Amino acid sequence: MPETATRAQRVLRHPLLWPVMALVVLLLVNVVAKPSFLDVRMQDGHLYGNLIDIMRNSAPVMLVALGMTLVIATRGIDLSVGAIAAIAAAVACTRIIGAGDEAALSTAVMAMTYAVVVCIVLGAWNGLLVSVLGIQPIIATLILMVAGRGISMAITDGQITTVNNPFFSDLASGFVLTLPLAFLVAVAMVLFTAVLTRRTALGMLIEAVGINPEASRLAGVRARTIIWTVYAFSGLCAGLAGLVIAANTNSVNANSLGLWIELDAILAVVIGGTSLMGGRFSLAGTFVGALFIATLARTIPNIGIPSEVNYLFKAVVVIAVCLLQSPKARALLRVRRSAAPTLAKAGSPA
Amino acid sequence: MSAVTAPTGSSSASTWDRVRTFRPPNRYLPIIATAALFIGLFGVGGMRYDGLTDPQVLLSLLIDNAFLIVLGVGMTFVILTGGIDLSVGSVVALSTMIAAKTLDMGWSPYLSIVAVLATGTLLGLLMGLLIHYFDIQPFIATLAGLFLARGLTYLISVESISIKDPTFTDLAFRTVWIGDYYIRWTAIIALLTVAVAAYVLGRTRFGRTVYAIGGNEASAMLMGLRVAFTKVGVYVISGFCAALAGLLFSLYILSGNSLHAIGMELDAIAAVVIGGTLLTGGRGYVVGSLLGVLVLGIIKTLISFDGTLSSYWIRIITGVLLLAFVVVQRFATRRRA
Repeated sequence: MPETATRAQRVLRHPLLWPVMALVVLLLVNVVAKPSFLDVRMQDGHLYGNLIDIMRNSAPVMLVALGMTLVIATRGIDLSVGAIAAIAAAVACTRIIGAGDEAALSTAVMAMTYAVVVCIVLGAWNGLLVSVLGIQPIIATLILMVAGRGISMAITDGQITTVNNPFFSDLASGFVLTLPLAFLVAVAMVLFTAVLTRRTALGMLIEAVGINPEASRLAGVRARTIIWTVYAFSGLCAGLAGLVIAANTNSVNANSLGLWIELDAILAVVIGGTSLMGGRFSLAGTFVGALFIATLARTIPNIGIPSEVNYLFKAVVVIAVCLLQSPKARALLRVRRSAAPTLAKAGSPA
Repeated sequence: MSAVTAPTGSSSASTWDRVRTFRPPNRYLPIIATAALFIGLFGVGGMRYDGLTDPQVLLSLLIDNAFLIVLGVGMTFVILTGGIDLSVGSVVALSTMIAAKTLDMGWSPYLSIVAVLATGTLLGLLMGLLIHYFDIQPFIATLAGLFLARGLTYLISVESISIKDPTFTDLAFRTVWIGDYYIRWTAIIALLTVAVAAYVLGRTRFGRTVYAIGGNEASAMLMGLRVAFTKVGVYVISGFCAALAGLLFSLYILSGNSLHAIGMELDAIAAVVIGGTLLTGGRGYVVGSLLGVLVLGIIKTLISFDGTLSSYWIRIITGVLLLAFVVVQRFATRRRA
């Protein structure tokens, strides 16, 4: 008996409990509104259904949030990801159009590689401002956030550029092993990062930098290199997300591509339980957070509310999550609970 | 003045020395730099393009950017305390929508104006309370405000609603003639806002507390200043200014639309930074933000005068200016520290 009690306690205290519960509740709401919501059927060798759509649509936010998680773990923030996504899409699309054979596989691969390299450079630029010049992350990345859309428009010459390359559009609409390719790419990136950070010391070093950059430097951690790397990685992730979004419509609109994706990504990170104060991060939490946001976007039209009202629900989620994480709000809650002693034990979720 | 240019006597020599060795106080240097930048851009433009030196261009600059000036004023208060307000663009959109919708429903224009200002102020108050009493980072709390205001705008109407109310259109086009040149009421309201804000920041206890919180919040608290009241207060001011800017914007554009003012918070933040306000708080002036808006405005004007440059250059140039100011600020504060 005591062992089961501790196991129950461990489950209750698991940091992933709340994000997963929120996701489950959201799915339940959908099922109540429309019982066939969870149905998945096989057609032409692919899976189809709302759940599959949610997976596919979650890919861009998941990618951006992945990079954002590591940046936030170092006590930073990257506001420029939306602009970087727009630049990646613009670079890739103009490269595809400019190539000799527009529909060839090599064209798509070359264009995407080129775009991703550009994005890593842009991310490294953010890292330079933050780690070498010591500018606050929110301001350093604000610069590229402002200028980035202009740069993206300069690349596409202010036009909405449409491309015609089946391999490029497969990135968003293709299927591998019956699942959407975009989702698999995002999951592969998450797994790769998880192995890299949790099976080596890198994750711990990133957290050390987030807790106290100066102390970690004195302890022999190369804080500057690590900060530089996480921003470059965030640029890479944002670039991949931009490619997925552009491939989905086979076009790039520099004005609207990836607009506010930085806010969605931060929201996904926060829902996943990564503290904005830095010093600890949860990639699994971010994964669930991104799925939550994609599910929310699907839920609202499903229960018969105009999809634009999405923003209102996101506002409620932001406030609720932040209040749950805020020590002061928790203290307030605890005072209430201690008034009812039978409930006192249920308090203090991790 | 001739004594300055031609020093002869002993007393005038000392006057000349005083002029020669005059250094403006360090705290005014950013504003002077911004003013010089504005004059420089205006001068270069005046040499290259005919018609730019017309005083009407300057007045039009104020008219076309009236809403941004008011937004910059509110943002200055917030940034001076070391915070940030991301919600202002969405609050502008919400304000245009509330104004358009209530007028469409046949409300009195004055009641409609009150409704807009009250909504903006209330949103600011809510964000301020979240930030101060629950220790939520300004960035995140105002992010929620951004989503909330944009969501409410969509909730009111997804379609664009035009404003046809005679009081509003009359106010929008009413001009004041200064000799041969004219200025609109919206610009006068914006300048009045700047004047009031400059007085509040420079001459009142509230203003000094704003600077004190930006300098060091813990010290301000220990000094017994009204930190809670002031910290919530700056977000209330920012919310009010965003609503007022929204009214000016709806007078400028005469419609309510949920797609209005996307990214306008970035313009406001950029204007404040270019105006010399330190993003870490504690230093800066409202007049600087006014100059910052004018610099952004003159760049826009120059690009439209040129005709060969596309409008997206505005964003790129704004980003470059931001970079320059942030880097210079960084080195200036490092030397001081």
